[in-house]
Amino acid sequence: MIARSSTLSAPWLLAGPGALFFFGLVLLPLALTVILSFHAYDHSTGIQNTFTLSHYVTVVTDSYYLEIFWRTLRIAALTTLICAAIGVPEAYILSRMRDPWRSVFLLVIIGPLLVSVVVRTFGWSMLLGSQGLVNQALQLVGFAPARILYTETAIVIALVHVMLPFMVIPVWTALQKLDPMVEAAAWTLGASHFTALRRVVMPQVTLGMLSGSLIVFGLSASAFAVPALLGGRRLKMAATLVYDEYLHELNWPLGAAIAIIVLVANLCIMLAYNRMVEARARRTLG
Amino acid sequence: MAFLTLEGVSKEFGSFTAVRDVTLTIDKGEFVSLLGPSGCGKTTTLQMIAGLVEPTEGRISLDGRDITREKPNHRGLGVVFQSYALFPHMTVTQNVAFGLEMRRVPSAERMERVREALSLVQLTSFADRYPRQLSGGQRQRVAIARALVIAPPVLLLDEPLSNLDAKLREEMQFELRRIQRKVGTTTIMVTHDQAEALSISDRVVVMEGGRMTQVDAPYRLYEQPSNAFISSFVGKTNLLAGTWRRNGTSSAVDIGGVLLEASAPEIAAGTPVTLSIRPEKILMRDAGAGRLEGRVASRFFLGSQWLFTIDTPIGTMMVSTPNQGVEPPAEGSPVGLDWSPANLRIIAGTAAAAA
Ligand SMILES: Nc1ncnc2c1ncn2[C@@H]1O[C@H](COP(=O)(O)OP(=O)(O)O)[C@@H](O)[C@H]1O
Ligand SMILES: [Mg+2]
Repeated sequence: MIARSSTLSAPWLLAGPGALFFFGLVLLPLALTVILSFHAYDHSTGIQNTFTLSHYVTVVTDSYYLEIFWRTLRIAALTTLICAAIGVPEAYILSRMRDPWRSVFLLVIIGPLLVSVVVRTFGWSMLLGSQGLVNQALQLVGFAPARILYTETAIVIALVHVMLPFMVIPVWTALQKLDPMVEAAAWTLGASHFTALRRVVMPQVTLGMLSGSLIVFGLSASAFAVPALLGGRRLKMAATLVYDEYLHELNWPLGAAIAIIVLVANLCIMLAYNRMVEARARRTLG
Repeated sequence: MAFLTLEGVSKEFGSFTAVRDVTLTIDKGEFVSLLGPSGCGKTTTLQMIAGLVEPTEGRISLDGRDITREKPNHRGLGVVFQSYALFPHMTVTQNVAFGLEMRRVPSAERMERVREALSLVQLTSFADRYPRQLSGGQRQRVAIARALVIAPPVLLLDEPLSNLDAKLREEMQFELRRIQRKVGTTTIMVTHDQAEALSISDRVVVMEGGRMTQVDAPYRLYEQPSNAFISSFVGKTNLLAGTWRRNGTSSAVDIGGVLLEASAPEIAAGTPVTLSIRPEKILMRDAGAGRLEGRVASRFFLGSQWLFTIDTPIGTMMVSTPNQGVEPPAEGSPVGLDWSPANLRIIAGTAAAAA
């Protein structure tokens, strides 16, 4: 009897700590944020205890907020695209390297993850500033100095640098699972190197590219440090906007509403993308 | 008539020589096997012919054309890889059609040729499956169809049957030979299985440690192995170390004082030699009626034949006799061993390398 009840409770006990952790650190704050976003706010008296939808209405009708959302989407998509364009060939070259070099370059790619994003972003702001290395180099070869810092370009450059490992690693893992002779088989059948890559190698790393893209897109769309330091006061993205609403405007309910909208939008985009690409890849790769 | 020739081909990986000075001539339509133990350089040799590994030295030519430095996609040879290397994201039809697509064969003709190739390997009803939905034997046949459909001048097979179970392997050997006869493609097959090499090839090339040591028709290879290693690697044999003796016109091998009559004209008296005799060449007689007395140490029933180990004054000998439907001598019974002296093969040198 005792043994029986203990075997029944075992799964619950085992899942308990994880579930508690998830509930306390993810679901509870999320629920509180959702509730907060429906509270009214008054500039003189602060948060009111009355229910309102006005924050959501403000966000989806005010062009100021819409522009920031649109910019966030654009920057995240562009970062994902560039990461894929650089990361996939990089992973392929890495997978074809011989051993001492492979380990060295893998370390070079993963190494930046060991340095704080804030430190790296400051590094970029020094490089891209009006007297930075990039502008000095431009002037040296006779170009006019360009304004890079505090533009979307600066944000994309730094985001690509931060996110690249998250694209390279899943693609590299997918390539590791590939039989190298499959590519050789394509050559013997008359395919050029490029055709073999396009027709035989690429389709088999789609799943790796998919997971890489999802991670990069999700992290870019909610990035804070990079846009905060390289976008300046005016060029805001979703995460910096939420930060401002909370800490500068002190309008917590509006900040909460923005956060929820960003979360839902991010989730929708990622699920739709996942559906679309994975369905195709699963059908053929199983 | 030489169709494919390798002249002094070698391959070094760093300081390690995987293939050393291979010279080989293959005629059109021939089925040649590369036979040797694992790691002796068979795959490397095959991949040099395919263009996937570049030779360090030597020349390879096909139908009079030097292809030593030609890219694999220009050689147009059919290759069946050890792992099959099918394209996992393509159906059987798409896999087989790939080579034709690369050659820009019009779609109607392409489909027709794919259909023919699939019927040749008897896979017509699996045309729309993905490789993961096929068994090992079916995958292997897809790989063969994919290589044959492009009508290659030479078909290269790297241990195509090693991943199959024994029964399927035997069936596929006949299948492979049937297909090769029908299509008439010059074929080179790599294998470490001597029975497989003997049963389906026109000629067998034996490789040891990167070198080619004998090239012969299967029957000659079996009957006249050129060294002790080959005589024990190809089929079973009894290897006995002795000394060559000569007395006027008669000659014999001296094994621990026992003289066994044999002929090998060019060997000087007193030379250490290795004597080789196949188990099936030894006849079992009643005790006292043979050339050598012995006692049955053990016997194994193999269905079509019996395999004995016999203790004799010159060592333990393996003997096999066909199953004639009567019970043969039991373990422990004395027997006499007899053979025709022509069946004793004398190999100069000791059997140290043979083990
Ligand atoms: N790319 C390579 N780099 C270094 N050594 C290799 C390479 N390919 C094969 N070898 C070595 O060459 C030898 C022959 O290999 P292989 O041709 O594959 O043998 P087989 O197919 O007869 O088993 C082996 O000892 C193997 O370790
Ligand atoms: Mg091999």
